[in-house]
Amino acid sequence: MLETKDILETINMIDNENLDVRTITMGISLLDCIDEDIDKACTKVYDKICRSAKDLVKTGEAIESEYGIPIIHKRISVTPIGMVAAPCQSKKIVKFAYALDKAAKELGVNFVGGYSALVQKGFASGDYALIESIPEALSETDFVCSSVNIGSTKAGINMDAVKMMGKIVKQTAEITADRNCIGAAKLVVFCNAPEDNPFMAGAFHGVGEADTVINVGVSGPGVVRAALAKDGCGKNITEIADMVKKTAFKITRMGQLVAQEASKRLCVPFGIVDLSLAPTPAVGDSVAYILEEMGLEVCGCHGTTAALALLNDAVKKGGVMASSHVGGLSGAFIPVTEDAGMINAAKTGYLDITKLESMTAVCSVGLDMIVVPGDVTPEVISAIIADEAAIGMVNTKTTAVRLIPAIGKKAGEELNFGGLLGRGPVMPVRSGSPEVFIKRGGRIPAPLQALKN
Amino acid sequence: MKAIITVIGKDAVGILAKVSDACAKADVNIVEVTQSVLQDMFAMVMLVEIDKSNIGFDQLKENLQKVGEASKTKIHIMHEDIFNSMHKI
Repeated sequence: MLETKDILETINMIDNENLDVRTITMGISLLDCIDEDIDKACTKVYDKICRSAKDLVKTGEAIESEYGIPIIHKRISVTPIGMVAAPCQSKKIVKFAYALDKAAKELGVNFVGGYSALVQKGFASGDYALIESIPEALSETDFVCSSVNIGSTKAGINMDAVKMMGKIVKQTAEITADRNCIGAAKLVVFCNAPEDNPFMAGAFHGVGEADTVINVGVSGPGVVRAALAKDGCGKNITEIADMVKKTAFKITRMGQLVAQEASKRLCVPFGIVDLSLAPTPAVGDSVAYILEEMGLEVCGCHGTTAALALLNDAVKKGGVMASSHVGGLSGAFIPVTEDAGMINAAKTGYLDITKLESMTAVCSVGLDMIVVPGDVTPEVISAIIADEAAIGMVNTKTTAVRLIPAIGKKAGEELNFGGLLGRGPVMPVRSGSPEVFIKRGGRIPAPLQALKN
Repeated sequence: MKAIITVIGKDAVGILAKVSDACAKADVNIVEVTQSVLQDMFAMVMLVEIDKSNIGFDQLKENLQKVGEASKTKIHIMHEDIFNSMHKI
């Protein structure tokens, strides 16, 4: 039989250290819903999602109950709507967002990702109209998430799309200003976007994927922090890395079990487990606190990038052996408003946007959930996107930008979303105008790293 | 399917009997029991067979939680695979 201490350790992780499966995300291909008539296409989209995911929430809840492990979100990702909308003559692309939102409400899932376009090299038919409709789509719907991939190591960076996204992010914040600019929190701009990511707001179902697929995102920063707090005193960095690996292994095994079980019960192929440390605003469920547990006085001080690099690497090494297929973003997330330690560090001024930018070179995603002043210009947002995309492009990794311009607020004030999106101080951006650089447009050529063949 | 029932809390007379009673009423067979008492803290682990249970899993869980509330202990019932996958390679 199992040892009592192991059983009690698992229960303690769930009860006291916020261990959970963050999301079961069903990826659904909409390629067979394409139609020249947008209304017909939207009906097909709604029907297919409702048909494919009809048992998703029920199955998730049953697994949650039997295994005793909280599964926080049940979500859906779909083929980038930019592709599905390509043959539609109508300019009213936003109808697809309504169809997605209606399906989400019918099924009881809490987000649908995939109101997306992949424009790293250029705009195909449908992409431009889709991007232009993003502010309206995110304002008019509750559960639709949007993402745009504007660069990749293979393609370089589409600076026309970067220029456009600066405006779109600002407009999305403005149009939802009466709701804490929530629209911008549902919009991610990617470089090297993964096609099997289960996490929102950036999830979409890539074209190389199966018709339907189950992807699972694990979590567990609280468990890692607790392990370091319990046994980390006096240990050297190698030993700390080993402790993180062992904990990540256990967390991921649980994710793998849930993924396999969900795949079996839903008769949908298992895609990947995303080995991520995804923080929540709950006290103790913070990536920043792990870094502080390693010996930093506060997240953001010198040494933070090194500690985060160690954490990110150890999570992957521990997790990769625990799962048969690993994918998605896999690593440590650093969304500022969703992490109690980051919120604290940003409020006290230890963590600023430039330090966060350097941290994104070694973590799994990028500048995530950062509240910036409402008067920030679209060109500055574009320039932040370009900087972040350049880090991703050159380092052959995913980077993303999810900025929330807090309309009507200045640096030092606070924006509060509530729930898992959290709250955060408005962080100042650097002065000086990048306007001429951004307005040039064109493409940043793919770097030498792209020429691997 | 096998599940693991854990009972954690302050030691008190009759906890084992009450949990066993709830299992017997539901036709849940107890396969193995281990328990430890450290000072006055009590931790009991039961491996049970629930395939022939005459009530659903959620109902069994609720019944056990009521026993837990009445005896001021925390009772969980979870599929054994969660522990196997986490602690055995």
